[in-house]
Amino acid sequence: MKELTCIVCPRGCTLCITGEGENLQVSGNACKRGEAFAMAEMLRPMRTICTTVRTVFPAAPVLPVRLSQEIPKDRIFDVMQEIKKITLDHAVGRGDVIIENVLGLAADVISESDLLRHIERRDEDGRCAGSDL
Amino acid sequence: MKQMDVTVIGGGPAGLAAAISACKNGAATLLVEREARLGGILKQCIHDGFGVVRFGEKLSGPEYAERFIDELEKTDCEVRTLTFVTAVKQRAGGFEVHLVSRDGVETVFSKTLVLATGCRERTAKQVAIHGTRPAGVFTAGTAQHFTNLLGELPTRKCVILGSGDIGLIMARRLTLEGAAVVGVYEAKSTPSGLTRNIHQCLHDYDIPLYLSHTVTRVFGEDRLTAVEVSQVDEHMRPLPGTEEIIDCDALILSVGLIPENELAETLGVELSPATKGPVCDGQMMSMADGIFSCGNALHVNDLVDYVSESGEAAGKYAAIYTGGQRQLLDVACTNDFLYVVPQKLNLSADNSETAVYFRSREIVNDCRLVLQIDGREVFSKKYRFLRPPEMEKLTIDFSKYDLHPDSEICLRLEVARV
Repeated sequence: MKELTCIVCPRGCTLCITGEGENLQVSGNACKRGEAFAMAEMLRPMRTICTTVRTVFPAAPVLPVRLSQEIPKDRIFDVMQEIKKITLDHAVGRGDVIIENVLGLAADVISESDLLRHIERRDEDGRCAGSDL
Repeated sequence: MKQMDVTVIGGGPAGLAAAISACKNGAATLLVEREARLGGILKQCIHDGFGVVRFGEKLSGPEYAERFIDELEKTDCEVRTLTFVTAVKQRAGGFEVHLVSRDGVETVFSKTLVLATGCRERTAKQVAIHGTRPAGVFTAGTAQHFTNLLGELPTRKCVILGSGDIGLIMARRLTLEGAAVVGVYEAKSTPSGLTRNIHQCLHDYDIPLYLSHTVTRVFGEDRLTAVEVSQVDEHMRPLPGTEEIIDCDALILSVGLIPENELAETLGVELSPATKGPVCDGQMMSMADGIFSCGNALHVNDLVDYVSESGEAAGKYAAIYTGGQRQLLDVACTNDFLYVVPQKLNLSADNSETAVYFRSREIVNDCRLVLQIDGREVFSKKYRFLRPPEMEKLTIDFSKYDLHPDSEICLRLEVARV
């Protein structure tokens, strides 16, 4: 038997997993997502990444990004290497794709924020420059 | 002097929700934010997990905040960023709010106030550590600001003191960016952060968690070079002979949050010793008439969803406030709870859908929460477990309990005996 803490929602159920191979029983989950999480966790754990990419804009040197869907946990640092190669030189909006299908893992790297659009708009208004942080 | 119905102070998640809700309830609303952008601390909380309760989605902090900012832009709310409240003065029928911004100073008259000033991190000064005071001692929030907003890595190898959620989140974040996190040290015998964060931030990245351990000394002249950690006894006193020196260039503190109520204090608003936020009634109004409180200024929340919810309530009740005498009853709780919010109930108001937030004092399994009115049990709810780091919320219809000015309301916990 193995015990896990479900990370799907803040409830954080304690899951009990019994059985072997593909034949697993899950208990302790308050919802179906907990069961799916426990199965994936035993067979192929999946995670997302939330990080930043560099930009050329002094008012916002980095832009927060995340993955559009989960990737295998053991590929996190490979994907981080890809994200570190990027320096954004144009404004993107929230949800815009920055790297499509990163490393063929079916997940896109997407912008978490309208931050760069906000700065662009402010600069067009001719309002005060300076840091927006 | 500009006349407003509601002035919301603070443009984080609580203030955003309050301002939107005040506008929707027909109030002429002003939102004051000292930073350049709205969103508060969510701007730097780039990790996901926000909005699961509210939107049924795992959003990042910026995504969650920007949904509210988009919503606010559709209202008639007047927004002032890079604006600081220097003083608030009580006047007949409202408040005089003194503002300073790049445009100069201005005084605004507002019928009601919503304090959405959030919370602050406990700093190194508030935890007793011996030694020098070199550069390299950061709160977790400061480390997060450097990493996520400035794009500067504040450490190559660090020790984290305290197992609060921001510390756990930063342990993972710094590891992703290539820093080594030697370990998270927690003086208590149980973690302070959410269990899921222990799992996804520490276990996933093989970062050890040392319970009943603390940092007892800091070394280094200009920059921190090492820390000394020790085991502690059950009273959190360091045990001699257990010291260990760890080479590192930073000590990151995640040792708790305190509601920010400097402004509330200047207005003589009564604060609760348990929450460190204003004592309030079911309409989020503090003990000072016309002053409302919400979000982390009211009590430190672990989920932003509840911060928004209390902001919405505060904004709504501030908008529809017409004055009048309140008839206040205490909402008492036994020592089983760290606190219960609201601490009061206004009998003259509608209490048919009162949100009650609470934390248990200790970890308890298989327990029953009991609401007692005048010594009689009127409501109960079973919990498989209650953990102090995980705030719980109940919606109670107090209107059906025939409350009168002498009623005694009390919440208690019953733990099943094995």
